[in-house]
Amino acid sequence: MSHESNYVPGSAIERFLDKRLPLIRVASEFMEFPTPKNLNYWYTFGAILTVMLMVQIVTGVVLAMHYTPEKTMAFASVEHIMRDVNFGDLLRYTHANGASMFFIAVYLHMFRGLYYGSFKEPREVIWMLGVLIFLIMMGTAFMGYVLPWGQMSYWGATVITSLFSAIPVVGDSIKTLLWGGFSVDNPTLNRFFALHFLLPFALIGVVFLHIWALHVPGNTNPTGVEIKSKKDAVPFHPYYTVKDGFAIVLFLIMFAVFVFYMPNALGHTDNYIEANPFVTPVHIVPEWYFLPFYAMLRSITFDLTIPFTDIVLINSKLGGVMVMFGSIIILFFLSWLDRAKVRSMRYRPWARFWFFLFVIDAVFLGWLGGKPAEQPYIAWAQGATAFYFIYFLIILPALSMFEAQPKGLPSSISEDVLSKKAKKQKAIESSIQPAE
Amino acid sequence: MIIKILVMKMGKLSIKRVALSALLPLLAGALWTGGVAQASGGGTREPVEVEWSFNGPFGHYDKAAVQRGFQVYKQVCSSCHSLKFVAFRHLGEKGGPFHADKCPAGFPDNIDCANPVENPAVKAIAAEYDIVDGPDESGDMFTRPGTPADYFPNPYPNKQMAILANGVVPPDLSLMAKARAGGPDYIYSLLTGFEEAPDHVDIGPGVYYNPYFPGDLSSAIKPEYLDEHGHPKEGIHVPEGGVLKMKPPLVDNIVDYADEEIPETVDQYAKDVGQFLMWVAEPKMESRKQTGLMVLVYLLIFGGIVYASYRQIWSKDEH
Ligand code: HEC
Ligand code: HEM
Repeated sequence: MSHESNYVPGSAIERFLDKRLPLIRVASEFMEFPTPKNLNYWYTFGAILTVMLMVQIVTGVVLAMHYTPEKTMAFASVEHIMRDVNFGDLLRYTHANGASMFFIAVYLHMFRGLYYGSFKEPREVIWMLGVLIFLIMMGTAFMGYVLPWGQMSYWGATVITSLFSAIPVVGDSIKTLLWGGFSVDNPTLNRFFALHFLLPFALIGVVFLHIWALHVPGNTNPTGVEIKSKKDAVPFHPYYTVKDGFAIVLFLIMFAVFVFYMPNALGHTDNYIEANPFVTPVHIVPEWYFLPFYAMLRSITFDLTIPFTDIVLINSKLGGVMVMFGSIIILFFLSWLDRAKVRSMRYRPWARFWFFLFVIDAVFLGWLGGKPAEQPYIAWAQGATAFYFIYFLIILPALSMFEAQPKGLPSSISEDVLSKKAKKQKAIESSIQPAE
Repeated sequence: MIIKILVMKMGKLSIKRVALSALLPLLAGALWTGGVAQASGGGTREPVEVEWSFNGPFGHYDKAAVQRGFQVYKQVCSSCHSLKFVAFRHLGEKGGPFHADKCPAGFPDNIDCANPVENPAVKAIAAEYDIVDGPDESGDMFTRPGTPADYFPNPYPNKQMAILANGVVPPDLSLMAKARAGGPDYIYSLLTGFEEAPDHVDIGPGVYYNPYFPGDLSSAIKPEYLDEHGHPKEGIHVPEGGVLKMKPPLVDNIVDYADEEIPETVDQYAKDVGQFLMWVAEPKMESRKQTGLMVLVYLLIFGGIVYASYRQIWSKDEH
């Protein structure tokens, strides 16, 4: 860790441990870590995500004690959890809604990073580890959704795993490997359960690296100006333990409203029908958090051919898969696409404008993902998908060239905080004094 | 270079104008395609919104209605529909329709009626069912009266017989109230919504028209109502809903309620069986909502304390 520790081992045991396994020293450095004093609530989602990972693991491990990963028993075992296991309904609803909350938090966390330039030098590795976490999360949630073995579980799994067959040469083998056979069946359920159990623990490892990498340069902050003097920072504890703590409680309140009062609002009714390979649901839709990517996948309805010939270079299926995975892969390169020296979009009005369009585009894609694959939705999804890529590949690089002059960038965090405070004071004074 | 020039040009435009020009094609697209987006079928009628006692954060089951709904299920629906995730003992569990906190007067002390397995009402209900058990010592299956630990038996010994009788397997009702959009509202609407099919459609034998049942009747329109292109003539609409293989199961007076105050109508039966099926799908709903209230109160108080500490801690710094 990059700052000096003020830790002095107090007792004999601490002195003993400090020479051998300096756990307490590391923890204390963590707590004292100098943190910009102007972090807003958008910076609390990291802590919220850590809590959500713990919630998923604790509820998941207990669910796994009662769940049966066998195709004729999986659905019934979930009902057994719901009806007969003590607090089983709360466990399952917490876990199922927890996945949604996890994604709400991760999306806000990522938009935060995009807006305040958290992915820029020297934080590229933090960002890339974050994208990796996002990918593992998506895999975990996808496989978890298969476990209750409802209609959407089964058909969602069929649609998504079939995509792999689009990959040239090895695609079919990958698909067969995922299935463990020739369709989604009992072996698929078994391996998905094993992986769904395993991946969250792999996530803990990546999260650890993510936070480690964060503690090398420290946090960004809404101004994007690095800490310059002691005045700019406060120790993490108690300042941010209490602020994160408050945000966590607020988040848990929202979470609890879902779990206790509308536990099925985010789910699909078809998943309360047991999987049936002979009956296809009218609309196969993934969970809401995958909808933007699903919309991009389905937007590629055309083959890419060599101009003036009929030779297909990339058929529509492979095209869709490439676009869908490409939309996430592209995030790995973000640090080199947006090269603007000014981190925070606060001082980049143009970037800010396009950022908000991008957010609208992402939400719009999510909405489209829930619509049937027919016109006009396909055409809209094509436009929105194009914009998604244009934003990263053209707009961000272009903006980093021409928007070199920041607007109103403060010279330090303290300056910004003080000027805000002065403004606020003025506003209060003028509201107390009646206008002349 | 080209990008730089473009970008410099862009710099001169106002943000508002760029926003407009970016949104215009989208808007135009929406207008152009909006007309195409017409659905081909007649759509499905929105379920009626019933004012259930269990709606809302403080809602709870109407125990008498759940009991009557059970009676409707038992006397009408159970001849076709299974309830495979429900055991008789569930009826006597906390929140269940036959749960008793303590035994009625005159019961021996060693019986605990709060325990669903000992609850006399539950035992009596279970005993009315025949359960196939076995094999016995001589290797034969036998039939015995049900016990609270048994699950509701399937009305058909196998799938084939269910199809033979109905043309399709009648779906299990254990989760019906969560497995359809609209839930209990849909069940109520479906049961009360059977109608004569409109004159201009021919739905064929063995199926029944219901505007709430998802389906597409565009191919059922009689030929005399179609023009030469096979489209419905002027003024002819594809009816809402579809057809299903369930004969309208309820008619007035089909179930005799003990409580004389309660009307014996299709509407009342549908409401009662809706209550019952909701309880069947979500037996823990009441306790869940109660726990939720405690959790929320706790979180609000805790949140207040954390917020107060937050203000106090941050007031020390020059913020
Ligand atoms: C004579 C047999 C029979 C009886 C009695 C019966 N049903 Fe059905 N029910 C069926 C069949 C068959 C279907 C499947 C219809 C189809 O999918 O075409 C069905 C379907 C349903 C559905 C599902 C509709 C959907 O959206 O798929 C519900 C809900 C339902 N029944 C409720 C009830 C209730 C409540 C009762 C008692 C009041 C009842 N049924 C009595 C035969 C019956
Ligand atoms: C990254 C963290 C996790 C996410 C995002 C996640 C997500 C999910 C989802 C979406 C479901 C389907 C819920 C439903 O609709 O019923 C599910 C089910 C399940 N998960 Fe997880 N999960 C996570 C961690 C875990 C862990 C660590 C375990 C066990 C060690 C676990 C065990 C289970 C089991 C047994 C089920 C099936 C029971 C059920 O469907 O409710 N999960 N998970």
